[in-house]
Amino acid sequence: MTMFLTITAIILIFLVIFQIAKANEYIAIVKGEEKSRKQGNSINAYLMLGFMIVGLFGVWYCNKLLYDKTLLGVPAASDHGEKVDEMLWVTLWITGIVFIITQILLFWFAFKYREQEGKKVFFFPHSTKLEIIWTSVPAIVLAVLIVIGLKNWYIMTGDAPKNALEVEVVGKQFNWIYRYKGADDVFGKKYYKVINEANNPLGLIWEDNEKLGLKDDAKAHDDIVLQQTMYVIKGKPVKLIIGSRDVIHDVGLPHFRLKMDAVPGIPTTLWFTPKYTTKEMKEITKNPDFIYELSCDQMCGNGHYSMKGIIEVVTQQEFDELMAGKTPAYHAAFPNNNPKTETAAPATAAVVDNKPIAQKN
Amino acid sequence: MSNEAILHANMGSAHATHDDHHEHHQETFITKYIFSQDHKTISKQFLITGMVWAVIGGLMSVLFRFQLGFPDDSLPWLEDLLGKWWAAGGHITAQGYYALVTIHGTVLVFFVLTAGLSGTFANLLIPLQIGARDMASPLLNMLSYWFFFIAGIVMLSSIFVETGPFSGGWTAYPPLSALGDTSPGSKTGMDLWIISMALFVVSSLLSGLNYIATVLNMRTKGMSMTRLPLTIWALFFTAVVGVLSFPVLLSGFILLIFDRNFGTSFYLSDIFLSATGTALPNEGGSAILFQHLFWFLGHPEVYIIILPAMGIVSEILSINSRKPIFGYIAMVGSMFAITALSFIVWAHHMFVTGLNPFLGSIFTLFTLLIALPSAIKVFNWLTTLWRGSIRFTPAMLFAIGFVSVFISGGLTGLWLGNSALDIHLHDTYFNIAHFHLVMGVASILAMFAGVYHWFPKMYGRRMNVTLGYIHFWITIIGAYLIFWPMHYEGLAGMPRRYYDYSIWESFKQFSDLNKFISIVVFITFSTQILFLINFFYSIWNGRKETSENPHGATTLEWTTPINPGHGNWVGEIPEVHRWAYDYSKDGKDFIMQTTPIGADEKEEKH
Repeated sequence: MTMFLTITAIILIFLVIFQIAKANEYIAIVKGEEKSRKQGNSINAYLMLGFMIVGLFGVWYCNKLLYDKTLLGVPAASDHGEKVDEMLWVTLWITGIVFIITQILLFWFAFKYREQEGKKVFFFPHSTKLEIIWTSVPAIVLAVLIVIGLKNWYIMTGDAPKNALEVEVVGKQFNWIYRYKGADDVFGKKYYKVINEANNPLGLIWEDNEKLGLKDDAKAHDDIVLQQTMYVIKGKPVKLIIGSRDVIHDVGLPHFRLKMDAVPGIPTTLWFTPKYTTKEMKEITKNPDFIYELSCDQMCGNGHYSMKGIIEVVTQQEFDELMAGKTPAYHAAFPNNNPKTETAAPATAAVVDNKPIAQKN
Repeated sequence: MSNEAILHANMGSAHATHDDHHEHHQETFITKYIFSQDHKTISKQFLITGMVWAVIGGLMSVLFRFQLGFPDDSLPWLEDLLGKWWAAGGHITAQGYYALVTIHGTVLVFFVLTAGLSGTFANLLIPLQIGARDMASPLLNMLSYWFFFIAGIVMLSSIFVETGPFSGGWTAYPPLSALGDTSPGSKTGMDLWIISMALFVVSSLLSGLNYIATVLNMRTKGMSMTRLPLTIWALFFTAVVGVLSFPVLLSGFILLIFDRNFGTSFYLSDIFLSATGTALPNEGGSAILFQHLFWFLGHPEVYIIILPAMGIVSEILSINSRKPIFGYIAMVGSMFAITALSFIVWAHHMFVTGLNPFLGSIFTLFTLLIALPSAIKVFNWLTTLWRGSIRFTPAMLFAIGFVSVFISGGLTGLWLGNSALDIHLHDTYFNIAHFHLVMGVASILAMFAGVYHWFPKMYGRRMNVTLGYIHFWITIIGAYLIFWPMHYEGLAGMPRRYYDYSIWESFKQFSDLNKFISIVVFITFSTQILFLINFFYSIWNGRKETSENPHGATTLEWTTPINPGHGNWVGEIPEVHRWAYDYSKDGKDFIMQTTPIGADEKEEKH
């Protein structure tokens, strides 16, 4: 009902505007077209000026309203993120200054040089000097931005330190799976054709398979597979080895200011050093519900918006305790082969928290 | 061959008389308005078809903005109107939302801002401004429109398919776009999407080749390349970019068709489908290959959109400032630089795909280089206004609006083009704000400017000026209110293409802002209806144009009769003696290009 009222109101408003606009045309004829054209001209010139002033105020006001909702006031939670922030501010200052100057010139010129009686136009088709100036000055500024950018780019895309914790992150429609190396500190082999949704979501090679030409890889027996939450250590570099099981996803880490696609068939990597534990971040952001969220940033299907992972940054000690409590995926899948659980508690699911996030439809 | 001879060769024997301007009397309704070969009619066909698509695409954005702004409200009549698939219970569904987003993008980029913008103005202006009676091949020109029309029909039909239209984003990255089991939209909807796009590529190649041939071969006597108005240069470069890049897109689509239907593995490797619980046999393909092929068109495509806009704006700013465009040669040179660079920056859309860091650094370098020609253009536009005598026609307002949003959106390109910073901002709302301002809004504003400016030439009547003013001010204010705050959402890392943000601790704080933006979208969209009313009303009932040259412009289109027939000029095509920008020279308000250089006058050397 409200919708119909709104639509009726809009149609009525249109009708009124249209009638006024038509009437203006007739008035113009009566009043003299040249005169009414000049009137319109001067109204629009003042509107230009007004738009500029209100617009610049609006820029300030918008910043005031929204600044605290962004990450601008929140320190980056990784070393690479700090570099991103540094760059962001430099770029913001440069583009901000250019923005304000050029917009003011644009609207000020529009206002100042509006058509007026007796004003002479300056015939000014070109000036080599001016053109050289405004080609070379931006070129220098750009060079600065490029140098800063590429320096950071090479640091971020460079090799991870040797002592980095390696975690495999695999995307699938519509959640994330993580794998740790386990006791032997080596990732076992995997093959996508032996994926089994129930107990082997990554397709670790746990048995010989002649048809596929696979050999059981003992190194895969102690790999720990987690879902939903990934654990990383404060102050210790972490290298993510990123893959996908189906379509392209993207590991988006807004608080660490990083992002990397997950591409089926082509592993990608991303490394950084977390700076604050989740607990510390709750205090920094003054938000007791704060969590590091891992968002999928590449369109991956109708559940894209719900493809959420959680990263928990913990201390080394907490991490060790946590990992000690996790059962390798192999043992969870085949509890009988697990030396530790001969008395056999029922298999704790290899897959922790394996409930898909509720999807609205 | 002379212009005259080419024209007659294409028109067949029935028209091989010297009385070109009489022949439209013999035309039937079908040859005059439907299968017309007159470039002016084809231009109107492109424009009006583009408008239809703009309304459809715009309406889609209103619908998905409704979901983003009011995720908890429901409008039961939406289900009655759109059906359960799109709006169960009055909520836009997730699949409906993704279909809307995808088709909105595709339609606006290709049908509105490519066909609607260059199709309209290249067809209208190229023959009129270079002094030709028609395009090099009026037949191909007509075919170009009809391929575009059929492409549109196919795209439209995909909306009514049971599994829905394609819904994997306008970039159509495989494997999502290749496998029907990953998304219902990738079934029949995607087949239709590819067919539609293939037809569209054919259309744009036919028209592009035609534009190039016409500009190079059919200029009137005296019209050297450096005397061309900037609109023609812009449309010429646009055509060159299109002809060189669209075939690459088509090749990418053909490989995709093979992967979809014939079991090849160009883009597919190591895939396990959760929906069916099966592993696919495909191995060894590269999903990234498609992105290279796609963006090899995809990036030049944004210049296909912005170059005609730049040309139109240059022309309108100069005419309405009563001043020559500043730095004509620099303007042409910068457009050339943009054209050349457009082919070597595509991978800046792929900084986070894991591409080789060295490659990434090269693409960063070239990408930021584009800022140089863009900056030159902006400074030249500003200088064109400086010490002019500005007439604020609706066209001029839109042209100034273009410069403003082009600056706003262009500067954020320096953020996103810098690879290390892009890692943070890629695929967030910051990106949405950037490209909507710099390419979407900017080009739409330029398109409006062009329509207001050349409406008298198209229909021999005038549009209502007051409505034009209202249209401009609401549109520019709306555009900034919609897209400016989105930068802040992006700075919170808020990803694009999310159906619902309420489950995210990091992004849910923007629900009020999203509501606000959605309301502004609704108002701004409604205002565009006002423009449509003005446009269609004025075609039949606008005030009759009484002057051949209502804007006091110098270019050749204003030497034709108010309602030019097929062939444009009665009698001889005028000869050109000077460049297109002699405004306020030697105390004269303007000097037509057809006026010979006076005895004591110096020709402008640029």
